[in-house]
Amino acid sequence: MDNKEIPGDSPHPNGLWSFFASVKLSVVLLLTLAATSVIGTLIPQNETPENYRRAFGEFYYRLFETLDIFDMYHSWWFQLLLLLLTVNIIVCSLDRLAATWKIVFAKQPRFNLNRFRSDKHKISREVPQAPEELRPVIEDLLAKKFTYRRTAETAEGFVFFAEKWRWTRLGVYVVHASVIILLIGGLLGSIFGFEGYVNIPEGEMTNTVNLRNSGKTIQLGFDIRCENFNVSFYPSGMPKEYRSRLSIIENGATVLQKDILVNHPLRFKGINIFQSSYGQLPAEISMTAAPEEITLSFTSKETGMVYNKTVRSGERIVIPEDLGEFVINDFQKTYDFRGRALGPTLIGTLVQKNGATVEVLLPFKFPGFDRMGAIIDPQRDDAVLISIDDVSSLPDQQAKRFYTGLQVTKDPGVWVVYTGFVLMIIGCVIAFFMSHQRLCVEVVRRGRQCLVTVSGSANKNKLGMHRKVETIADHLLGTAGEPLAAPVPTGQNIKKEDQ
Amino acid sequence: MNSSLTLSITTFLYGFSAFLYLIALVFKWRTPGVLATGFVFAGLIGNTAGIALRWAESYQMGIGHAPLSNLYESLVFFAWTIALLYLFIERRYGNRVIGAFTMPLAFLTMAYASLSPNISDRIQPLLPALKSNWLIAHVITCFIGYAAFAIAFGLSIMYLIRHREPGRNGSVLGRFPEPRVIDDLTHRMIMFGFLFLSVGIITGAVWANSAWGRYWGWDPKETWSLITWFIYATLLHAKMMRGWHGRRIAYLSLIGFAAVLFTYFGVNLLPGLHSYGAMGQ
Repeated sequence: MDNKEIPGDSPHPNGLWSFFASVKLSVVLLLTLAATSVIGTLIPQNETPENYRRAFGEFYYRLFETLDIFDMYHSWWFQLLLLLLTVNIIVCSLDRLAATWKIVFAKQPRFNLNRFRSDKHKISREVPQAPEELRPVIEDLLAKKFTYRRTAETAEGFVFFAEKWRWTRLGVYVVHASVIILLIGGLLGSIFGFEGYVNIPEGEMTNTVNLRNSGKTIQLGFDIRCENFNVSFYPSGMPKEYRSRLSIIENGATVLQKDILVNHPLRFKGINIFQSSYGQLPAEISMTAAPEEITLSFTSKETGMVYNKTVRSGERIVIPEDLGEFVINDFQKTYDFRGRALGPTLIGTLVQKNGATVEVLLPFKFPGFDRMGAIIDPQRDDAVLISIDDVSSLPDQQAKRFYTGLQVTKDPGVWVVYTGFVLMIIGCVIAFFMSHQRLCVEVVRRGRQCLVTVSGSANKNKLGMHRKVETIADHLLGTAGEPLAAPVPTGQNIKKEDQ
Repeated sequence: MNSSLTLSITTFLYGFSAFLYLIALVFKWRTPGVLATGFVFAGLIGNTAGIALRWAESYQMGIGHAPLSNLYESLVFFAWTIALLYLFIERRYGNRVIGAFTMPLAFLTMAYASLSPNISDRIQPLLPALKSNWLIAHVITCFIGYAAFAIAFGLSIMYLIRHREPGRNGSVLGRFPEPRVIDDLTHRMIMFGFLFLSVGIITGAVWANSAWGRYWGWDPKETWSLITWFIYATLLHAKMMRGWHGRRIAYLSLIGFAAVLFTYFGVNLLPGLHSYGAMGQ
C-alpha cells in the first residue's frame, strides 16, 4: 500500500517485468477496460446479422463484425485486455510481496526510534512522575490497545514500542488474488460449463438441451420430464409465479422430483435447471388418417370473398369466380417442410385459371399456411388462397398445453468464483479499513519529572493514526496523575522540544 | 399518516436542511446551521418512518415485500442513506459546510422520486424474479455504495471550489475544512463506497445465478456497474500507489459519480434485465 515503505523498484531489471510491474499500466488497463466496456452496452450484443445490417448499414456492419463488436466481451481483444490486467496484477503483486513479506513475517518487528523522534505529529508533555512510576501505566495501556509490545531501556529512561495489525499489509494481496480467482473461475466455466435451454411440453421429457451461443445440442445423460406447469397472475395481470414440477429420470427410474420456481432452481449432478420462461403450444392435433370430409375456405384475392366448401378426399371441386379447380389428393401424418415439421397435413392440387398446376399444403396446425405458401411458390398466380376453415371442429383435438422454458446450465467454476467473491470482500475490508499501526512512547528523565513523547505511524489512514496518537497521549498523560499541570508551561515545553 | 405523506414531508425537511446549510455557509451564521442539522434529523426520522410504513402497507395490501423493489423505493432508500452517512460525518468532523454540498443531493433525490411524472410511487407486487432475499441484500449494499459515492461527489465539488483560493480566515472559503481534510474524507468515502459497490455487484451476481443460472451476463446494468468499479479502482490505485491527490482525485471522483448515475438511470434507456428499476414502474 505504502509505496514509500515498500519500494516499487523491482529487483528484476528486466524490461518486460518492470513494464508489467507498473501501476501506470494498471491505471491505463482499468480505464481502457472501462471505456471499451461502454461499447457493448450501447450496441446490443449477439443480435442477428440482419438486425445489425438494418441498423448500421453494410459498411459499419462489416467493420464492427471484423472488430468483434457484436460479441465484444468474448472478443480476442477484450480477452487480451483481461489477460494483460491479470499479468499486471500478478507481476505487481509479486514485485511488492517480497518486501511486504519481510515486514509481515519478521521474527522481531523492527522499530526505528529516529523515525518516531522526527515525526511531525508527535506529542510531548512533561509530567511530574518518575519514569519508574510511569512504566507500568504505559505498559498497561499499550497492552490494551496493541498486540505486540516491547520495552527498551535508554540512557535517560525508557522507550516503549507497540504495534498491531501487521498482517493487514497482506489485505491488498488478498484483493488481487480474489480478482485472479474470479477470472480463473470464469475461465473454468467457459471451458467446462455450458449454458443451454430447452422447452418441454407438459407431460413430455427430454434428455438434450440446445446451447445458447452455438445452437448445438448436447446430451444431459438423464431425462427431464415436465409433469405439469402452472402460472399464476396478480389481479393486475402481472405474472406472480411460474412453477414447473420436474422429474429427473435416470435409467428409466425417477430419481428426483421437485417443483422449480424462478429463484428456486433444481440442481442435479452439477447441472442446474432454472425456470426461465413458458408458453402455450399451438393446438395439438394428432391424426392417423385424413378426415372423411373437411370444410375449406377459398379466399378470392380480387374480390375478398370467402367461399366455404366441404370437400372429400379425391373429389375435384370448382372454385367460384372462375378461380380454378381444387382436389385433395394426399394426407401425411407429419409433413416435413424445409426441415420444419408441420404436423398432419393435407396435400392438394390447385389447377389455376391459366392452366398451371400447383401443390397446396394445408397443415392442421397452421391453418393460415397457404397465405405464406402462396407467396413462396413462383408458379402461383395468387388469385385464391385456401385454408382449413375451422380446426376446432376436427376430431381428436387436445386442449391447449403449456410448455415450460428451462434454462439448463453447468458451471464447475461457480464455486471458484464464489470463493473469489468472499476473498474480495474480506480483502477490501482489510485493505481499506485496517492498517499496520505502530506506536512509540519515549520517557526521558528530567530531574524529578519526565518528558513523555508519544508518536505513531501507520501504513494507511495517517490522519486516523494522528487522532489515535492524540487520544493515547491524552489518556496516558491523564492517567499519570497530574497531567497537564498548567496548559501554558506545557505549551512552552512543546515549543522547546520543537526547537 | 401514510407512507406517501410521510415521505413528502421528508422531502421538505431535506429541502429546508439543504437551504439552511447554504444560508449558514454564505452568511456565516451559526443558528441556521444548527437548525439545518435538526431538519436532517427530523427528515431522517420521517424517511425511516416512510420506509417502515410503506413496508407495512404492502403487507396490508397482501403483497408484502421490503420496499426496495422499484425505482421510487430505491430513490427513497438512497436519500435515507445519504442523510444517515452525512449525519455521521457531521458528528465526526464537526463541520456543517459539508452539509451544503451533500444534503442538496438527498433533497434532489427525494424531490425527483416524488415529482417526476415517470416514476410511480404505487406499491406493486413483486415479479417472480424479484422474490429473493438476495434482492434486499443487493439493493441495500448497492445504495449504501452509491450514497457514499454521492457524498464523495459533494466533497470533490467542495475541494475544487476550496483549492482555488487560500481561504482567508474570515471568508466563506475559510469555513471549509482544510483541503487536506476534504481530500482524506473523499478518499474514505470512496473506499467505503467501493467496498459496498463490490458487495452489491457480488450479491447481484449470486442472485442472478440463483434466478437465471449465470452470475454474469454482460447485461448493460451489470456492465455499467463494472465500469463504475473500474473507475473507482483506478482512483484508488492512483491515490494509493501513484500518490495522486487533490484536484486530480476530485475530477476522477466526479467521473466516477457520473458513471454511478448512468448505471442507476441511464441504463434504463438501454435494453436489459434490470427493467424493474426502470421508469414507469
